[in-house]
Amino acid sequence: MVNSLYRLALVAAEEGEHAEIHAGDGGFWADTAGIMLVLPVVAFLVILIVGKHMKHKGGEIAVAALAINLVWASVLFYLNATGGVIDQTTFEIGRIGSGLVFEIGWVVDGLSILMFWLVNFVGLLVFIYALGYMHGDRRVDWFFAAFSLFAGAMLILVGAPNLIQLIIGWEGVGLASYFLIGFYWEDLANVKAGNKAFMVNKLADVGLVLGAILVGVALGTWDFGAINLAAFEGNAELAAVAGVGGLLLFIGAMGKSAQFPFHIWLPDAMAGPTPVSALMHAATMVTAGIYLMARLFPLYEYMASDIRTTMIVIGTITLFGVGLLAIVADDIKKVLAYSTVSQLGYMMTAIAAGGYTAGLFHLFTHAAFKALLFLCAGSVIHAVHSNNMSDMGGLRKYTPTTFWTWIVGALALSGIGLSGFWSKDEILGTLSHEGYTAVMWISVAGAFVTAFYMARATFLTFFGTYKGHGEPHESPKIMTVPLIILAVPSALMGILNIPGVSLGRIRNYTEWLAVRLVPMGDHHPEAIDWGLAIIGLTAALLGGLIGYVIYYGDAETQLERDSFEIPVLFPLLRKKYYIDDLALGIVALFTGPFARFANWTNTYVIDAVPNAIGAGVKALGVFVYGTVDQKAVDGVFNGLSAATDGAGSAVRKWQTGRIQQYAAAFVAGALILVVLFVFVL
Amino acid sequence: MLLNQFLVLGAALFAMGVYGLLVRRNIVLILLSVELMLTAVNINLVAFEAYLVTADAVGQVFAIFVITVAAAEVGIGLAIVLMIFRNRKSANVDDLSLMRW
Repeated sequence: MVNSLYRLALVAAEEGEHAEIHAGDGGFWADTAGIMLVLPVVAFLVILIVGKHMKHKGGEIAVAALAINLVWASVLFYLNATGGVIDQTTFEIGRIGSGLVFEIGWVVDGLSILMFWLVNFVGLLVFIYALGYMHGDRRVDWFFAAFSLFAGAMLILVGAPNLIQLIIGWEGVGLASYFLIGFYWEDLANVKAGNKAFMVNKLADVGLVLGAILVGVALGTWDFGAINLAAFEGNAELAAVAGVGGLLLFIGAMGKSAQFPFHIWLPDAMAGPTPVSALMHAATMVTAGIYLMARLFPLYEYMASDIRTTMIVIGTITLFGVGLLAIVADDIKKVLAYSTVSQLGYMMTAIAAGGYTAGLFHLFTHAAFKALLFLCAGSVIHAVHSNNMSDMGGLRKYTPTTFWTWIVGALALSGIGLSGFWSKDEILGTLSHEGYTAVMWISVAGAFVTAFYMARATFLTFFGTYKGHGEPHESPKIMTVPLIILAVPSALMGILNIPGVSLGRIRNYTEWLAVRLVPMGDHHPEAIDWGLAIIGLTAALLGGLIGYVIYYGDAETQLERDSFEIPVLFPLLRKKYYIDDLALGIVALFTGPFARFANWTNTYVIDAVPNAIGAGVKALGVFVYGTVDQKAVDGVFNGLSAATDGAGSAVRKWQTGRIQQYAAAFVAGALILVVLFVFVL
Repeated sequence: MLLNQFLVLGAALFAMGVYGLLVRRNIVLILLSVELMLTAVNINLVAFEAYLVTADAVGQVFAIFVITVAAAEVGIGLAIVLMIFRNRKSANVDDLSLMRW
């Protein structure tokens, strides 16, 4: 067991150039933090074995695992908030030669503690919610097993001290998401959605793995601390591969974090049960790419800075272009899915622009309100038994708790006053400060679009008159209580990081995140920029207002308000910019002509050899049986027996039984011998 | 020389024995013919011994040996003939051709 990062930190602190490090090592809680990585995976196995026989089909075990985890995460959170914790524990699991060492373990610093806490907190609430949501469903034990694996893989990912373990967690998250997206596998569409998510992710993972190999081999280590320190100190070996390696790692992050054009898997991933969507969009899976970029921030900050331009372009296209798609979606979960992609674009843009803290703060607030919105959507779907907003309407009266918590989430996401306002404002501030003015205005436009489609979703779902079947009813307490709990951070989390405000003993988010090994030149505003705040708020309010005007009609205008249309743009959006079709076309190229060619080759070239051999062997067999065996071998024996038979028939006539004839023959023989001996020899 | 006459006698007796063996149908007479042939051989053996005079008198010993075997043979032979006659009421070899195909 070595605490290499901690040792490095102490050395650096003595040299005096890392003024930010004055943290403790977290003691017992940091040394045992690995329990958080192990427990959900253990829960996965235990649920598989005994889950079927339990009252909640193993849900108790999954909840218990995350509850224990949350204790650790909360203690570490508190220690980090009040003083800072930086520690690393690793175990060697193998090595190549003497240079490349493979290690697993856990890193405990500001970033990973915040992620630990986020995953466990949101995960626990979603798990409790799922106890109610999944009650009486199919394969509930398998659901909770895979759900535990999902959370466990994400914790392995965020706790990873090196790229190797990160890839293990990364693939674990992908595998678990595949299980859960295709959870209702009786329906072919769900299976296809799972396949799509898995394959799009795999395509991007090629970048991640190649990037990891490139960086690891060049530097001789995969350790994040060592990579970041090398980037900070201008290591020549790393500098040589930083550009290509950084780009490859970014491609991996694009896949997981659904950046344009890899975003196509995320809306389809809505095929899974709603708690899965909530967890996937809030804490696990999609945040992994952002987390990777944040974890390797110094690499992009000090070396691969050319890549940052690419990242900003991709992020900007994602935040605005994909956000627009939410305007035409009818499925309430797809609206939220596109908004997630859009918000991920904000995070990616912020981090690329140098706003490390701003991007991660948005990740944090987004996790809370997006989990809340998805759980609200799940509650609504639970009530009306349909995903489509055209089957909803007027639910304000039937599901009041869901409605009010949804309003909190929607305001937070739209950036009107609540937590989303503060994190989005910080991103705008960063973009403005770093000189990306055009990107900043696109982000403002994105905020306008966000407020517009959230207003649309809100009014279509909760206002007007009910259009579906049956009598909708509020969800049970086990589902509404997590909603209420999540509404609190969704509303209030913004105060954790108001620029220039420190909350006494626990300080603020910027300080928590600043507990890190390598200093990062990220921008975080010291005071509120009232001008930007007003611009952002105005855009959001304007979007909400237009949404109100268009979609808040009375019962008679319902059909009309739902068919609001902008020429050219809306048809294009309905076709999702043809990106899915393009991807499908490329896939079809492989499945069509290419597959046919492969099939032809297989049938006529590869199969021809064994077929020819088979035919030859068969002909040989027929020849051996017909000619050699039946004719030659049998012929010999038949001939021999026939000859014996014939000879016997012929010779037996000599056996007359008359003794004197035998005696005569004997005498004749004796005479012949006499003649021979006497006269010839 | 006296040897030739004995050899002629032996050959004559042997030829008579063969003739009797092949021609007679009565089993007893056939056995007698066999005894005749054995006697012819004994005459030859004794004649050659008298002519050559070996130290151990091999010819005479061998002749006595043949007489012993002949006695035994004729004893068994006559016993068989007796049993056949009792069973089949015949001593004709033509009636005894059972051992054939």
